[in-house]
Amino acid sequence: MSLSEETIKKIADLARLELTPEEHTLYSKQLTAIVDFISQLSKVNTDGVAPLVTPTEMAQSFREDVVGKGFEPGAATSNAPQNSGNLYKVPPVL
Amino acid sequence: MDLSELTIKSLRDKVRSGEIKARAVVEDSLKRAKDTQGKLNAFITICEKEALLRADQIDKTVSSKKDPGALAGVCVAVKDLLLTKGVKTTAASKILADFIPPYSSTVVEKLEAAGAIIIGKTNLDEFAMGASNENSAFGPVKNPWDLTRVPGGSSGGSAAAVAARIAPASIGTDTGGSIREPASFCGVVGIKPTYGRVSRYGVVAFASSLDQVGPMAQNVEDAALMLEVISGKDKHDSTSADVLVPAFSEKIIDNMKGLKVGLPKEYFVDGIEPEVRKAVDQAVSVLKAQGAEVVEVSLPLTEYGIAVYYLIAPCEASSNLARYDGVRFGHRTSEAKDIHELYRRSRGEGFGAEPKRRIMLGTYALSSGYYDAYYKKACQVRRLIRDDFLKAFSKCDVIATPVATGPAFKLGEKATDPLAMYLNDVFTLSPSLAGIPGLSVNCGFTKEGLPIGLQLLSKHFDEEKIIRAAYTVEKHSGLPVRRPHGF
Repeated sequence: MSLSEETIKKIADLARLELTPEEHTLYSKQLTAIVDFISQLSKVNTDGVAPLVTPTEMAQSFREDVVGKGFEPGAATSNAPQNSGNLYKVPPVL
Repeated sequence: MDLSELTIKSLRDKVRSGEIKARAVVEDSLKRAKDTQGKLNAFITICEKEALLRADQIDKTVSSKKDPGALAGVCVAVKDLLLTKGVKTTAASKILADFIPPYSSTVVEKLEAAGAIIIGKTNLDEFAMGASNENSAFGPVKNPWDLTRVPGGSSGGSAAAVAARIAPASIGTDTGGSIREPASFCGVVGIKPTYGRVSRYGVVAFASSLDQVGPMAQNVEDAALMLEVISGKDKHDSTSADVLVPAFSEKIIDNMKGLKVGLPKEYFVDGIEPEVRKAVDQAVSVLKAQGAEVVEVSLPLTEYGIAVYYLIAPCEASSNLARYDGVRFGHRTSEAKDIHELYRRSRGEGFGAEPKRRIMLGTYALSSGYYDAYYKKACQVRRLIRDDFLKAFSKCDVIATPVATGPAFKLGEKATDPLAMYLNDVFTLSPSLAGIPGLSVNCGFTKEGLPIGLQLLSKHFDEEKIIRAAYTVEKHSGLPVRRPHGF
């Protein structure tokens, strides 16, 4: 199956990834080859097989619902490219 | 005394007794790191100030007759994927180039609590995505055995730092072979523990159902001691396992009496370079001579491991890497009119080619209409692959295979063909999908002097057996101890 440049554009948009025209062409070619390779999985009979999403399948662990000490707000926002006090600053959303 | 020749246990004993100052150990290691940086590019950050400060603290603890810990004064190079409080952590990506974590990973905390000293943050493939260390935004690492060759990846800097005797041990991470392959290419010991054995808290996430932290060292006993220190349940990582941590480094047995070694017929096929085949065969005969019974086992779905991995890992990566949005941390574009443009541009400018490729692949496979055919199908085959391993382990205790089809390849040799690079991981991917532990130990050299690794696998949480098998190979193979020329 071939991944057209249009599909690549749609995927890049879903992934919020700005690609250059060169990257569109390159990924269209490379991802087509990779997806072709991956499609061999359709040959394996998996009727009735439950998907394995985590290898050791241990029971979910829970903790007590008690408030613990986290980061100071200043530490949590210290790596923000732009902040205002302890808040993150972004361009207009609407 | 050449400090770089000492084992971890003898080094820490000398520090603990006061015979050697931790400061002297650290100064020696820092000098090696700096002297070799131009040749190897093994580090992204060398932590000189912090390491010297820590060394003085250890020396003070020793002189006040308090316990400085099981790794007192031992220098450790840590992959720059593990968060270190106050010390830049980049994941070898431009998008995190200036990130200074407000906390440390559990593994780093455990190492420091045991008296180890982090001397630097090692280079890697960006976000641990790669098998050659050529995908780093900070330039490739060179292999100390041959500077025209790759060290393997993604933990290439960690492997090179140990091989070049900069530090006796390092920390790597392994998602599909990223500890075992560089360990093989650089001739050091590398352990990928059972999934869940070591906490992933504070490790920059790539593929969360596969990522695992593990040690690299110059010999099996040192690697076992490191594993002992970093293992265990962590309340900050709900996937870390509440399983007893054995004293891996105590009384390691150097024979295989009563144990069965399985050779999977699907792993010994055409495509393995003859010198690799020969070295692995010799290691298997050493295990046999030391009491192992060798049996044939079958892992029929081996050929599908690559396809399953290159679906599951990119799917998880595309989700994990969604957090790099230019808002809370990391690179932000200088031009954005609205929030969507901010996301698209920050990510487009910040990520390198391989993370972009995997984000695209994962987003595609998880997108509407493709989920069942790709992600779900891959997870179903993943269960079959794991079941095959469990079946094989009903017939044997340890499985022995090559780590890679060949020794370290040339820089640039596979860089333009991502699929060729992916195929390189055929022997390490399936064990990762199954979540079982794997170890790489040197079992010989090519005529050109390049190291060859033997991969040893066991059941979940049965690391003791692969450590025993690796120790047996190390003690009885009669290989001379070699050191890369000029290091």
